[in-house]
Amino acid sequence: MSQLQFFLALVAGGLCAAALALSLVTPFEQGLLLKAFLALGFLSLIRFFVPLGLWADGAFAVLGAVAVLTAIGVFAPTPAFFWMALIAAWLFAWLFVERLSKALAPGLADNAGLGLLIPIVFGVTILVAWEAITRAGNVPQVILPPPSMIWARITASVPTLLADFQQTFLKAVLIGYALGCGLGFVVAILIDRSPFLKSGLLPLGNFVSALPIVGVAPIMVMWFGFDWPSKAAVVVIMTFFPMLVNTVAGLNASSAIERDLMRTYAAGYWQTLMKLRLPAAGPFIFNALKINSTLALIGAIVAEFFGTPIVGMGFRISTEVGRMNVDMVWAEIAVAAVAGSVFYGVIVLIERGVTFWHPSVRGA
Amino acid sequence: MTRTLPLIIVLIAIVAIWYAAAIGLNAQWQNDVYRRGDVTNVPATQFVLDTWNQEKPVLPTAHQVFGELFKLTVLTDPTKPRSLVFHAWVTFSATALGFVMGSVLGIGLAVLIVHNEAMNRSLMPWIVASQTIPILALAPLIVVIGFNIFTGTFGIPTDPARLMSKAIISAYLSFFPVAVGMVKGLRSPEAIQLDLMHTYNATPNQTFWKLRWPASMPFLFASLKVGVAASLVGAIVGELPTGAVAGLGARLLAGSYYSQTIQIWAALFAASILAALLVIAVGVVEKLVNRSMGARPA
Amino acid sequence: MSAVVSAQNLGLTFRTNDGDVVALSDVNLTIEKGEFVSFIGPSGCGKTTFLRTIADLEQPTSGTLDINGQTPEQARKARAYGYVFQAPALYPWRTIEKNVALPLEIMGYTSAQQAERVKRTMDLVNLAGFEKKYPWQLSGGMQQRASIARALAFDADLLLMDEPFGALDEIVRDHLNSELLKLWERTQKTICFVTHSIPEAVYLSTKIVVMSPRPGRVTDIIESDLPRARPLDIRESPEFLAIAARVRDGLRAGHSYEEAV
Repeated sequence: MSQLQFFLALVAGGLCAAALALSLVTPFEQGLLLKAFLALGFLSLIRFFVPLGLWADGAFAVLGAVAVLTAIGVFAPTPAFFWMALIAAWLFAWLFVERLSKALAPGLADNAGLGLLIPIVFGVTILVAWEAITRAGNVPQVILPPPSMIWARITASVPTLLADFQQTFLKAVLIGYALGCGLGFVVAILIDRSPFLKSGLLPLGNFVSALPIVGVAPIMVMWFGFDWPSKAAVVVIMTFFPMLVNTVAGLNASSAIERDLMRTYAAGYWQTLMKLRLPAAGPFIFNALKINSTLALIGAIVAEFFGTPIVGMGFRISTEVGRMNVDMVWAEIAVAAVAGSVFYGVIVLIERGVTFWHPSVRGA
Repeated sequence: MTRTLPLIIVLIAIVAIWYAAAIGLNAQWQNDVYRRGDVTNVPATQFVLDTWNQEKPVLPTAHQVFGELFKLTVLTDPTKPRSLVFHAWVTFSATALGFVMGSVLGIGLAVLIVHNEAMNRSLMPWIVASQTIPILALAPLIVVIGFNIFTGTFGIPTDPARLMSKAIISAYLSFFPVAVGMVKGLRSPEAIQLDLMHTYNATPNQTFWKLRWPASMPFLFASLKVGVAASLVGAIVGELPTGAVAGLGARLLAGSYYSQTIQIWAALFAASILAALLVIAVGVVEKLVNRSMGARPA
Repeated sequence: MSAVVSAQNLGLTFRTNDGDVVALSDVNLTIEKGEFVSFIGPSGCGKTTFLRTIADLEQPTSGTLDINGQTPEQARKARAYGYVFQAPALYPWRTIEKNVALPLEIMGYTSAQQAERVKRTMDLVNLAGFEKKYPWQLSGGMQQRASIARALAFDADLLLMDEPFGALDEIVRDHLNSELLKLWERTQKTICFVTHSIPEAVYLSTKIVVMSPRPGRVTDIIESDLPRARPLDIRESPEFLAIAARVRDGLRAGHSYEEAV
């Protein structure tokens, strides 16, 4: 047992013991599950005499989470031992993760799904703590609504969320992304044959990537109107330069020896491009596609802060913030987060299929 | 010389395209003006000059934008709200404060992640995943709610409260790239270099300060450059929601309300110049650090 | 017999920031059809540069160079030679058979011809059964064999090899050397082979060109009278050792010149 594990186990058990003692002043049948958890947590101190498996700590953490969630609102006002139980449950989860990660093979990310368990435990811990603190602590909903309320808002507002998603993601993001990436790629191929244009445009492209391009949104709104084309235009501008710069870099990624080989075959420009330089540029192009997937979503949402028809994710966020409907804002953000990660995930899947040979993908 | 010449020529070409596009985009308005004023037979040169000097053009020309920039920076008292220096300073202070907070937090978290396997396995997937989601969408929420908390709960005056809530957005935007880059950097020493420290029986502290920290510097500065640019975007977007009257983002929004295209373009260029200065400043620090670490001057 | 490669007073000077570097100076050499010629010398002696000049990857600055009576550029466009580099340079996104088929695709062979030639050359280098593998799934020796197959696939009569086995360990290298000899025997190709290993050069060659640096030049040309059939233990025979000694003398002569400068 490491120093940290020793400390965590001691504090978790001790907290449970103290909380159990404090809880005895309430009627026995009130919050029975919570008290059962505290009793079991107290008993966990026997680990200093009899070793306990790491899964026992996992079970304590799960039991604690369930007990705390079901005990919300049982006691009024929320007593100190409730918070102590929450902290104890969190410490058990931490201890479990600490022991599990020591048990896993170092360097291996997966370990038959167990590696995946750790971030999930972390995420669930955050959600449970969020729920318990906001509800039991009576945090004003305007400041932070509990996850359950956000979820209720999501299920209650599916049509609105869907319309916003369609307006912002399916129209502005996807169309702008396709146009911006396609344009960046084509321009990269066109300037590839001219070292002059390359040395003129590349520093510019690199420079532009540091600029706050979302600022062009008001101009685009003026030029293309309030509807999605202006947002797509912002997305085009935001995604164009990363694709240009990465594709140009990728086209130069093939080694001298590989290019000499094509020369010994007396291969033409297009043959060298198709058979060597484009495949070699694959990892760079996918890198741009991944960067751009996030940029596109940001561009479209922020552009909507500058005016839209009465639909769209960015529009909804800015107006509902104004009305203090914070749960709706969080619902919209949840949709944006899911859309963003799925978008990214799809590109990663395609990348794995196309650039399977690259060391970063095949894990060499 | 051979490297700057193409850049100069490309820039000249862009300006030429800019002016040509201004003629086309502003022509319709100019024709309307002539029609209303019953002006006919305008010579072509006069027409072109008119399209280049409208008051609210669809596309303002370079001399209009830079003229506005010059007027609002050099010729205006920087303490007056008309001055772009004033607005740039408001944005810069939020950016800098947030950038420092985010970077310190990112570096600190990276150190924890590198030294604790449980932290690494719990946090890294979420930090990486968070880069794929549009966290900037949270900006209005943080500005409004944060502002209310700071002024209401803590009783902070409005100006510092507004600064703090913008700085928080800047901080979390720069936090993620710095944390990821720094984890990569602290892990960049090769196995044999770590083995060498191991043969010396070096403490984790010694290994950190003598090997991991110096090895992470290139990664740190690369991600700091990304982070400072992201911080600026965060501060600008933080100035968009209701209430903000100062800052480059507020200038953009005001310009778009009143169709003041020249004002929008001037604010946009001011923001770009600020971004460039910030990245250059990080680059200068990088050079100084490199020199103090005995790197060959490149 | 006709000259496959013929160089007269060939010179090549690289212009660099540190001044001119004479990579080749006054090289005179004729290579006949069916010969196995090794180029040996310390690094910087111009042996690789000479090979690259034959392949039209570098342009000579003086003298003349004919390949099959043509200029190097014409020869390259006529696909007169196959080139094997120091590294396998297989494309990681192509399977082994697709890599071997790469020159055939570029040169416009039909897919039936491609399949036939890929099979034939894969058999020739003993790689049958590995067609569907990717390069990174193969050992270094197998990768280099695949790159030889790729150079053989389009049946050029001239094979240019630039330290092809330099990165391999000695056991694999011995094995590939004897395989290369058998291949040469079977295909009757002309082979130009750059190496910095004396035993390798003597074991493989009918002619050994000894070169020395600063400026890169030929110091000795040794005709080997070893029999064409060469078991590995020929390397202990007195004839073999005599030739090796002469090569070593030639290298030392070039060296003393360098030290005298």
